[in-house]
Amino acid sequence: MTESLLTVEGVHAHYGHIAALKGVDLTVRRGEIVALIGANGAGKSTLLMTVCGRPRASGGRIQFDGEDITRLPTFEIVRRGIVQAPEGRRIFPRLTVLENLQVGATPAEAAHFEQDLERVYALFPVLAERRRQRGGTLSGGEQQMLAIARALMARPRLLLLDEPSLGLAPLMIQQIFRVIADINAQGMTVLLVEQNAYHALKLASRAYVLAAGKVILSGGGAELLADPQVRAAYLEGGQPTAKPVG
Amino acid sequence: MAAMPEPARFDWREALTDAALAAAVAAALAVPLIGFHAVDEPTGIRIDTRFDWVVIGVITVFVGRLLLGALKRLRPQTALAPLGRAAMRLRPAATALTWAGLAFAVLLPVLPFSNRYVIDVATTVLIYVMLGWGLNIVVGLAGLLDLGYVAFYAVGAYSYALLAINLDLSFWECLPLAGLFAGVTGVLLGFPVLRLRGDYLAIVTLGFGEIVRIIIINWQSFTGGPNGITGVPRPSFFGLPFTANPAEGQVAFHQLLGLEYSPSHRIVFLYFLILALALITNLFTLRIRKLPVGRAWEALREDEIACRALGINPRNTKLTAFGIGAMFGGFAGAFFATRQGFISPESFTFVESATIVAIVVLGGMGSQIGVVLAALFLTLLPELGREFAQFRMVVFGAAMVLIMIWRPHGLLASREPTLRLKREDAPP
Ligand SMILES: Nc1ncnc2c1ncn2[C@@H]1O[C@H](COP(=O)(O)OP(=O)(O)O)[C@@H](O)[C@H]1O
Ligand SMILES: [Mg+2]
Repeated sequence: MTESLLTVEGVHAHYGHIAALKGVDLTVRRGEIVALIGANGAGKSTLLMTVCGRPRASGGRIQFDGEDITRLPTFEIVRRGIVQAPEGRRIFPRLTVLENLQVGATPAEAAHFEQDLERVYALFPVLAERRRQRGGTLSGGEQQMLAIARALMARPRLLLLDEPSLGLAPLMIQQIFRVIADINAQGMTVLLVEQNAYHALKLASRAYVLAAGKVILSGGGAELLADPQVRAAYLEGGQPTAKPVG
Repeated sequence: MAAMPEPARFDWREALTDAALAAAVAAALAVPLIGFHAVDEPTGIRIDTRFDWVVIGVITVFVGRLLLGALKRLRPQTALAPLGRAAMRLRPAATALTWAGLAFAVLLPVLPFSNRYVIDVATTVLIYVMLGWGLNIVVGLAGLLDLGYVAFYAVGAYSYALLAINLDLSFWECLPLAGLFAGVTGVLLGFPVLRLRGDYLAIVTLGFGEIVRIIIINWQSFTGGPNGITGVPRPSFFGLPFTANPAEGQVAFHQLLGLEYSPSHRIVFLYFLILALALITNLFTLRIRKLPVGRAWEALREDEIACRALGINPRNTKLTAFGIGAMFGGFAGAFFATRQGFISPESFTFVESATIVAIVVLGGMGSQIGVVLAALFLTLLPELGREFAQFRMVVFGAAMVLIMIWRPHGLLASREPTLRLKREDAPP
């Protein structure tokens, strides 16, 4: 039942001589939203990228659905079902919204295209309105929606989201998080990297705190949200903390 | 120049300094390039000076720069805008223009002003259009700046010449083989440069272009070296030769149709042949842009990291772009060889690569009609003023600079969406 989908065991990663990950352990179980929080430069993005094979783990092991994917090339990993909406959205600015989605569908079977398109348009109705518009002309929030939608078109089994709330207005952030909850309710497993710890922890079933390339804390989302250490380091001052934590 | 609106705003000192600076650069360039002149005399080469030319050039630059500065400062936004607006106005008419252009191309040989010279020039234009369209796959769609495209043109030309002469194959048998060889060369040359991007890729591909040419020059026993290959078989009309007196047992093209023999039959046939080849290149590109591989090319041009995150294999995607682009270069090369009847390494220098890249860039990367306009511009310009042929490169440079200022994304920098769902167009 609580079978693990992604298992990261003692993973190290380097950029040249600089160690960005120093033995990270992390598990994502089927159907969960797992949040990964931490300060700037902690290695959160690096961890997501290492799961996708770039940079390659210099130590440790990454397993996906029982298979060792540590040494697989990126496109093979994606074909296994791990798809990422990368940091900074990275949509294709000169392609239209529809074409962006079509590129996203590359690993999926062509027969699903129309159906998947309906599904992401239902999640993000604004993308349906903007389908002929070039990606680069969308607002930041719309681009983030496009990045998530594009990743969904690949029919992932594990969705990696890197800071989806980055640089967005509060209202837009709420909308994005609502959609993440919806996708999860439909059965998608999500590994969510966030600096916006408050929203992420509220949403996540479990969470990890990363600092200087190591996991320093982990536990249930609500549990970490109440943790004084987490509150001091990642919540106070960041998010409006008026809401008491139950 | 009498009624300048707001002369008060104009800063003369700045403008004069600017113009003086430009004049100094012009002087530094002009003294060695124009100031000295080698004259060939029976007694040997004499160096002449012509500093009067230098003075004229420097003054022209000074005054021109001053005027340009004045124009820009007085009406900053609008100095070059009319040209831009004209190009924009062309945009909606693009479809009509395309069909008109196509009709013109098909009817050209029967138009009243058409003669052998016109068709010859049009054939040359079409070769460059085809090369531009072929390179557009690599540069415009996949975003890989390839400065050695002429290598594939050369491989195609030599493939045809050598196959036709040594194995006695016909043009139609050689054409796919020439494309195949060029395509394989493209993939082979693509492998080592996969990790390179932008400027580095450009430099290495430039090197490859030269390597291929130097191999052709030095492999004398096989390629004829610098002397080239003469007697490359001329095309036949599906087996019927275009000769006045066909060999025993053969029927010539004019005999079959019961026409008077005319050397222009072959010229017209060649024209239609390259027209067909170029159109095939274009249709292929338009079609493949809608297929996953074509979309992956464009996505790769936009963002390689995002492509990886979406499960696109960048290596294979780039190699197909190199290979397919090279294949069309090879087809064009085979055509070139059969048209000229003679090929040598001289025809495949870097200047050719530069011209083709210029056509793609001037045309606006990725724009198919832009390539046609740029090819017309760059091949007709030297034809219109043959006595200016030596200034071709200057005109080239000037055109490039103007385009960079006025339309930094090319003449027709537009990218039509490739995908529309049918249902979308239905009323809601
Ligand atoms: N491409 C790179 N080259 C070199 N160092 C990098 C690169 N990307 C990230 N780093 C370094 O790795 C560390 C972790 O970065 P990152 O994973 O982006 O952190 P986070 O996403 O948590 O903000 C930082 O010290 C950062 O400077
Ligand atoms: Mg990051």
